[in-house]
Amino acid sequence: MSADTAITARRADFRRSVAAKVMLTPKGGIAGAYLILLVLLALFAPWIAPYPYDAQNLKIASQAPSLANWLGTDEFGRDVLSRIIYGARTSLSVSVTAISVSVFVGMALGAAAGYFGGLFDRAVTTIVDLSWSFPEILLALILVAIIGPGLHSTMFAIGIAYLAQFTRLTRAQILSLKGETYVEATINLGASHGHIVFRHLMPNALAPVIVCGMLATGDAIILEATLGFFGLGAQPPVPSWGAMMSSGSALIFKAPWIIIFPGLVVAVTVIAINLFGDALIRALDIRARLREG
Amino acid sequence: MPEPARDLVRIRALGKRFDSRKGLFGKRRSLKAVSDVTLDIPRGKVTGVVGESGCGKSTLARLVVRLLRPSDGNVMFDGVDLGRLSNREMRRLRRRIQMVFQDPYSAIDPRYTVADALLEPFQVQGTRLSAQQARDKVTELLAMVRLGQELARSYPHQLSGGQRQRIGIARALAFKPDFLVLDEPTASLDVSIQAQIIALLEQLKAELGLTYLFISHDLGLVRYFCDRIVVMYLGRVVEVLPAPRAKPRHPYTRTLLDSTFAPDPTQRRDISRLTGEIASAYDLPAGCAFAARCAFADETCRARVPLLAADPDGHAVACFHPLT
Amino acid sequence: MALLAVRDLSIDIAGIKPLDGIGFAVDKGEILGIVGESGSGKSLTALTVMGLLPLIGGRVARGSIRFDGTELTTLPEPDFRRLRGRRIAFITQNPMTSLDPVMRVGAQIDQVSRLHLGLDAKAAQARSIALMERLRLPSAATVYHHYPHQLSGGMKQRIVIAMALAADPDLIIADEPTTALDVTIQAQIVQLLVELVRDRGVALILITHDMGVVAQACDRVVVLYAGRVAESHGVQAIFAAPRHPYTQALIRCIPRDGMAPGSLAGIPGSVPSVANYPAGCRFHPRCDRAGAPCAATVPPLEHLPSGAEVACHFAETREVANA
Repeated sequence: MSADTAITARRADFRRSVAAKVMLTPKGGIAGAYLILLVLLALFAPWIAPYPYDAQNLKIASQAPSLANWLGTDEFGRDVLSRIIYGARTSLSVSVTAISVSVFVGMALGAAAGYFGGLFDRAVTTIVDLSWSFPEILLALILVAIIGPGLHSTMFAIGIAYLAQFTRLTRAQILSLKGETYVEATINLGASHGHIVFRHLMPNALAPVIVCGMLATGDAIILEATLGFFGLGAQPPVPSWGAMMSSGSALIFKAPWIIIFPGLVVAVTVIAINLFGDALIRALDIRARLREG
Repeated sequence: MPEPARDLVRIRALGKRFDSRKGLFGKRRSLKAVSDVTLDIPRGKVTGVVGESGCGKSTLARLVVRLLRPSDGNVMFDGVDLGRLSNREMRRLRRRIQMVFQDPYSAIDPRYTVADALLEPFQVQGTRLSAQQARDKVTELLAMVRLGQELARSYPHQLSGGQRQRIGIARALAFKPDFLVLDEPTASLDVSIQAQIIALLEQLKAELGLTYLFISHDLGLVRYFCDRIVVMYLGRVVEVLPAPRAKPRHPYTRTLLDSTFAPDPTQRRDISRLTGEIASAYDLPAGCAFAARCAFADETCRARVPLLAADPDGHAVACFHPLT
Repeated sequence: MALLAVRDLSIDIAGIKPLDGIGFAVDKGEILGIVGESGSGKSLTALTVMGLLPLIGGRVARGSIRFDGTELTTLPEPDFRRLRGRRIAFITQNPMTSLDPVMRVGAQIDQVSRLHLGLDAKAAQARSIALMERLRLPSAATVYHHYPHQLSGGMKQRIVIAMALAADPDLIIADEPTTALDVTIQAQIVQLLVELVRDRGVALILITHDMGVVAQACDRVVVLYAGRVAESHGVQAIFAAPRHPYTQALIRCIPRDGMAPGSLAGIPGSVPSVANYPAGCRFHPRCDRAGAPCAATVPPLEHLPSGAEVACHFAETREVANA
């Protein structure tokens, strides 16, 4: 039990107990199970999806759900279910990647600003406040308009849109944790800035930021769908839920399943993420700290 | 080899000012938390600093261990001017200068176990320990503060206040320091636990040859525990008692003594003359800060700040009308 | 007949019994000190006498609390409400949290006398200012219009005391009223409380962990340990000849003049939590005089001829003259 391994082992215990707490609540459990299922579907799409996502067959275009095509076909005769499964890849990878990078960068910026203060802090705070005054969707639209449509620019736009939120939350956390006696006590032991930031401040600030990131992932899925709906996200024939809804909107009365099923999946996924996030908040007991941020 | 200097720490004209601004466009305010403190801390002795809230005793403690940088003056530790050390050198020197904090409830990271907290000094000082050495260190440190090693895996919230404060002391002792600053280590504990901790500190001092700077608001406790007593009021030293039983000569020290109740109903204090509140450190009066509450104050006291003057015994008092 | 007499009081909170058969009495013009470490049940005693136990999900399991001829343990809440604040007042430990931060302090005092004495606004204000002057608040008429955050800790505690006095109560229960204050301010507040009891003839229960405050202010003392009475007696006698080892240990925790270095010992260990009360005498694991019977049987509270009460198998039995 050296100092480092002891601490690491303890943290693994803690993580296991949080996972148990989340999955054992009814809402958290169901939401968690759904999300795990969705991730598995996305990962193993080529083996699970009944048809390739781009298999066109105009003879069976815009057909209602049937035994052959459980969720019907779209205007090019492609299987809606298969495209939803493949679409999960796009939606999940875009939103999760974008938010992960955003959380990472936001934490770094927020921690540096909160810990060191001074001019850097003022610069960061000003930029955050400025971007805070735009709705995320507007910010993302402007960014995509500038750098052009596509999957990568969608990711970039979503990441930037949520950056302010994570920076701000981390900074607030670090500022309040900085005043704790144990931080002063650790400096007194002769600790370096790195030790204080990475061993005390960041780990204690992590939980609320993670939850916030979780909830933002739900929003990011909607944002990705929205950009896709406007044709600014994934380019055809790569399926994305937003793009599917966009193409289905023309046939909303003739073939409503083309737009309804992807829409339903977006809604259920976002609800599941939110329920899971709520369970996480409860398990980590951080409601009060989120309010502070 | 030359005899080591009698004083381990020498504090010269130390001052600390905090500037703040009330609101975004408010006027700047400056708070003189500590003004012109000159003080020697003799080796192997307990020097007590006593005073009430706002007297600057906690700021003084932090200046002495360089958790705060002074606005004026300097602190010499064993001949080394702390203000001239680089951050790296200062971190290294913290093996010899340690502090125990007032609030044992927040002095340990809630995510750390007792063992983690006790090994942290070695971690931050870059001392690599094998698993066996780490186990031994934890056991040794726990034993040093009279705790059983079954506590090693506990988290702070599972410990009592007294146990937590012992862990705080054990952490401070990890590198066998020479000098310990104790910032009200018992103020948030029950009297029964306070007495335990004081007894422990007495034993540790004898065992390890420590020098203490003991900060407290409790003159009764300081008179018991300390060899020399420094009385502070609103940022300034008003009296230095060379021995714990020395008769107070500053009216404020007298007031403090009268406010300290002995556990003896036959010695009830007459406190009917005691009046007044402690002034705000933001707008200090022109002369002696205690003048507004002092029965002996006159025009001189309200106009000029009395300087600390010592008699041959080392009894120093900053008062125009000291008691005899 | 004492103003307040508590007999054999036990309470039950969700199946645990944090108070077990405690008793004491206090009369008008008298100060009763209730002492013990944190976790000894001091604050719960206050809460029970104030009839606030249901707030924390507790109930009186046994025993009686008689206040001026009325049995409080069976008193319906509406009747209790007329008593609370009116005839029994409460002063809490932390003046910072017992005042409403967005209400002027004067108005907070007025509230009490308007509610309980039916005074009109003008009469209430005059009464509040008079009270504040009596409590030696400087420039009371100005402070009356201040908000709590404009006052120092000592001034706030004076406001809290003024609120307690506003309805002219017969009994004041003060739970660690000076713990959060600076020593010189603490001394002033203690002095003030003593004067109030002497001048107005109210009864005061002073809850504290500080034997120094007890010695300075109280007439009688009840020492609680882990929800039971360890010892009770007049203040002079209990300090001159404490009989219970716990009382002796508590007194030894306060440094006094002439004490040799190294003689301050403290009490080993800490107060057990309610769930872990040991069998027999609850103090025996920390007691230096504990013997075989202590772990087995609960020592009964013995009433000695001098008026002392002590619950210890090995209590010192010698009597003292000035009891």
